Amino acid sequence: MSALPTLLRRDLALLIGGRRGGVVMPLLFFLSVAMLYPFGVGPDAPLLARTGGGVIWVAALLAAILPLDRLVAPDLEQGFFDQWALRGIAEEMVIAVRMLAHWLTFGPTLMLAALPAAALLGIEGATLRTVELGLLAGTPGLAAIGVMIAALTASLRGGAALAGLLLIPLAVPLLVFGAGSLATGGESGLALCAAISLALVAVTPFAGGAAIRAAREG
Amino acid sequence: MLRANAPAKAAPTSVKILPMHGYANPTRFLSLARWLTLPLLLGGLAVTGGALIWALFRVPPDRLMGETVRVMYIHVPAAWLGMGGWTAIAIASLAELVWRHPLAGIAARAVAVPGAVFTAICLVTGSIWGRPTWGTWWVWDGRLTSMLVLLFLYFGYIALAGAVQREGASSRIAAIFGLIGAVNVPIINRSVVWWNSLHQPASITLGKSAIDPTFLWPLLAATIGFSLLFGGIVLMRMRAIIADIQAEARLRRKAMSEPA
Repeated sequence: MSALPTLLRRDLALLIGGRRGGVVMPLLFFLSVAMLYPFGVGPDAPLLARTGGGVIWVAALLAAILPLDRLVAPDLEQGFFDQWALRGIAEEMVIAVRMLAHWLTFGPTLMLAALPAAALLGIEGATLRTVELGLLAGTPGLAAIGVMIAALTASLRGGAALAGLLLIPLAVPLLVFGAGSLATGGESGLALCAAISLALVAVTPFAGGAAIRAAREG
Repeated sequence: MLRANAPAKAAPTSVKILPMHGYANPTRFLSLARWLTLPLLLGGLAVTGGALIWALFRVPPDRLMGETVRVMYIHVPAAWLGMGGWTAIAIASLAELVWRHPLAGIAARAVAVPGAVFTAICLVTGSIWGRPTWGTWWVWDGRLTSMLVLLFLYFGYIALAGAVQREGASSRIAAIFGLIGAVNVPIINRSVVWWNSLHQPASITLGKSAIDPTFLWPLLAATIGFSLLFGGIVLMRMRAIIADIQAEARLRRKAMSEPA
């Protein structure tokens, strides 16, 4: 068990540091989607303010696809999972720690980046608060799906496009309730979004661990 | 899953654990599949054809929807088979992960494409039916949306299973995704109850029906016909996949025995 803090420190260092693409790329991608939308529909301020929250959610979902091919695959290729297995660290544990590290680098930065994106789209006040709370409720689920899909596609070459195709239908419920909380202005959407996140966080270590073992046995 | 009344002193090898393992042997499965495929396909074609002719020419137009009610005889069986297809994938995936049944992965892969086709048929016919009755091709309500998500789950599963097969990875990877995706099926099933919008709630539930027998019987016949066709297609695809695997193994053996 004493290995877990070390594992978390290693994952965080790799995910933040440049070797795995870092936190900057998804962030810039997220901001560029938020910037593209006004070019697409025109600079009509009321329209942007009304639909901007949903755009932020779609941008967050798309940004979650970017880091997928670097989350698990390099460790599987380089034999780290075999080393951990030899030391008696279960795959489930490794995946759970990876999920936590991925959320720590993905969730808070996205919530921070949502502030300038909200300024670009003209979202203010209560709506901005709902967007931020929604991201807080939804990003753990997005991170969990990301790690799960990354583990499933880790042993496949050219898994990036495939990973996107697998992630999108699984992430739809988060988007429905997360962005839906904006339309109804209700707490119920946020609560359901958080509930789906929790369920995904609970399932991911087991699904991911099984995927790693299946990949090892080939 | 051991038989409760199995004698305790019997040698472990002689205990028949589950009947399904009898068909884990591809040869035994193939001999059954070869015999079943043609009757399923021909029977399916005959029953479906008969049911559709019945539905097109004998069933009276609906009091409210008029002639468009006839779309139902394709739409409803397609919806059931679309959902049933993923249920079959989930069951096969479970059998693969828990019992490592060698044919389960092949069965799941064989179901995926016809399941996706029937889901697409359901969406397209529903859209065509929606235009005259609801006045729109598409609404974003719970049932339509979750069915669309199911179609994309099928696409994802087909792509994943294809990549797994191409690269010789473990087919249990696809099975894990098949189980995760199964969460969507009960959501589709309950969606008309949870989000009440344009799509009507289910008219047929276990034991009772809100549909008049004149409309109901051809619908049941069409469902049976399409299901038989579905079964025949799945068996054909399973046989094709097994033949593929056997041909590849034979080629590999030949290449190995070839003098360098």
